[in-house]
Amino acid sequence: MASLTEIRWHGRGGQGGKTASILLGKVAAKTGRNIQAFPEYGPERMGAPVLAYNRISEDKITVHCQVTEPGTVAVLDPTLLDVVDVTQGVPAEGKIIVNTTEDPTALKEKLGFDGEVWTVDAYGISTEEIGAPFPNTPMLGALVKATGIVPYEGFLEQVKKEFEKKFAHKPEVIEGNLASIERAYQEVKK
Amino acid sequence: MSNQVALTGNEVMAQAMRQINPDVVAAYPITPQTAMVQLFSQFVADGKVDTEYVTVESEHSAMSATVGASAAGSRAMTATAANGLALMWEVLYIASGTRLPIVMPVVNRALSGPINIHCDHSDAMGARDSGWIQFFAENGQEAYDNAIQAVRISEHEDVRLPSIVNLDGFIISHAVENLEILADEDVEEFVGDYQADNYLLNSEDPIAVGPLDLQDFYFEHKMQQAVAASNVKDVVLEVAKEYEEISGREYGLFEEYKLDDAEVAVVALGSTTGTAKAAVDNLREQGVKAGLLKIRLYRPFPAEEIANALKDLDAVAILDRADTFSTTGGPVYIDTRAALYDSDADLEVVNYVYGLGGRDIKVEEIESVFEDLQQIAETGNVEQKINYLGVRE
Repeated sequence: MASLTEIRWHGRGGQGGKTASILLGKVAAKTGRNIQAFPEYGPERMGAPVLAYNRISEDKITVHCQVTEPGTVAVLDPTLLDVVDVTQGVPAEGKIIVNTTEDPTALKEKLGFDGEVWTVDAYGISTEEIGAPFPNTPMLGALVKATGIVPYEGFLEQVKKEFEKKFAHKPEVIEGNLASIERAYQEVKK
Repeated sequence: MSNQVALTGNEVMAQAMRQINPDVVAAYPITPQTAMVQLFSQFVADGKVDTEYVTVESEHSAMSATVGASAAGSRAMTATAANGLALMWEVLYIASGTRLPIVMPVVNRALSGPINIHCDHSDAMGARDSGWIQFFAENGQEAYDNAIQAVRISEHEDVRLPSIVNLDGFIISHAVENLEILADEDVEEFVGDYQADNYLLNSEDPIAVGPLDLQDFYFEHKMQQAVAASNVKDVVLEVAKEYEEISGREYGLFEEYKLDDAEVAVVALGSTTGTAKAAVDNLREQGVKAGLLKIRLYRPFPAEEIANALKDLDAVAILDRADTFSTTGGPVYIDTRAALYDSDADLEVVNYVYGLGGRDIKVEEIESVFEDLQQIAETGNVEQKINYLGVRE
């Protein structure tokens, strides 16, 4: 399965890591690819470290085990870096994208990680665009930029369609989330 | 016409229930089944189905209300998991013994205790002698397809037995995967209208359901139930053939994956069979003649067919996601060994109990089972019949 991409999302309970993984999975599925999006359920509660995963592949995906060597990692909260080893199992050619105001070069050194480290201020962006720090949608935009996992062309439209289903009862949040994705896509840097 | 979607196992099972459009659903929410009945109740609230939804205060009541609805002559469904299924226990036997064609998704989860919400098959295996037909699925697609076919199988005049449609908790129920769902009208036509022969609400021909049945007739009724169970295999294959015409997807009693020329193989059910396929593929690349037998119909057990499919192997490992604590191995191992006893097969059969309480099972672990099997095939020497895979000592 040469085309297989595996992604691990680190978040805190309530930040929408699971939602981001599902959103990415659904959008990738629309591009004709095979996908999995699944959270790791534990004794999660608001604020506790939680995990979600994606597998995206041109080929059929049959495995149903956990992702242990993700090529891409997204970290939704910078304080997780002190409590979780986000580099665990990530190969040297992997990518880690972190919601932080820190400089990527400094963070790369701090993590002791050989691959690419990207950073974006997802809290800042979502606070300005949505009115509260919801890091999941800007991190989705940042991840798409860093990985090119789905073509940006058409990506926003597809996300909008998913939002229209998901937020049928509160459409007022759609615009801010889309703006967050767009800004994070532009602002994420390595 | 079918529709490509990306949905969780619970979401697609709720869609199956919507398309089946049962007359009555009585269900009680339990992790990891909750999203399924929650979504379905939304369909009821939105008027997307004609179903009478009965909210109940426990799974015992859920199954009792479903039995009542089915005995009344309606097409009735429920869904549960784990301890919910355990709480239904006495009513399960009433459903099958009364020959009520109820269809019930079960989202497999470990039975307490210790308390655990994750996947294993201890719930379904507790119901394996309850007289219910049981299907297992590798993924959400198969669970969806099994649910729709189960309606026809359960209601078939040669069967009239209830069905459990198993899907693995969290691993399938909460994972989004690519799926193809059928057009509503295709499912509507496939399941057709349900017309019970004898039913409580038939004022033209009033009957009693569930009267006292003592030494004089109970045994004959149980004998009829046994005959019905023996008819299931043929009906499963017949319905599968018809289903293939509308879905393009082929189903049997089990799936043989690279088993034709295999020398060593594993037998498994549920989501692990997908992981096992990856192990088989890796070993095939290394020149190992590895294979997989994935059980779809677990109850009644297609013993003869399974024995026949395994008989030319040198060694086979049965993977069980439940223990019996009988010290004689897991349930699928016991069934498979018994099946092989009457065949002319000459092979070693070993057991691996794995994944209890949601313990992850990796491709490499299944590959290690194949390594053991190769060793056994070479030496003819079995060190340990019953093994526990992926557990700390």
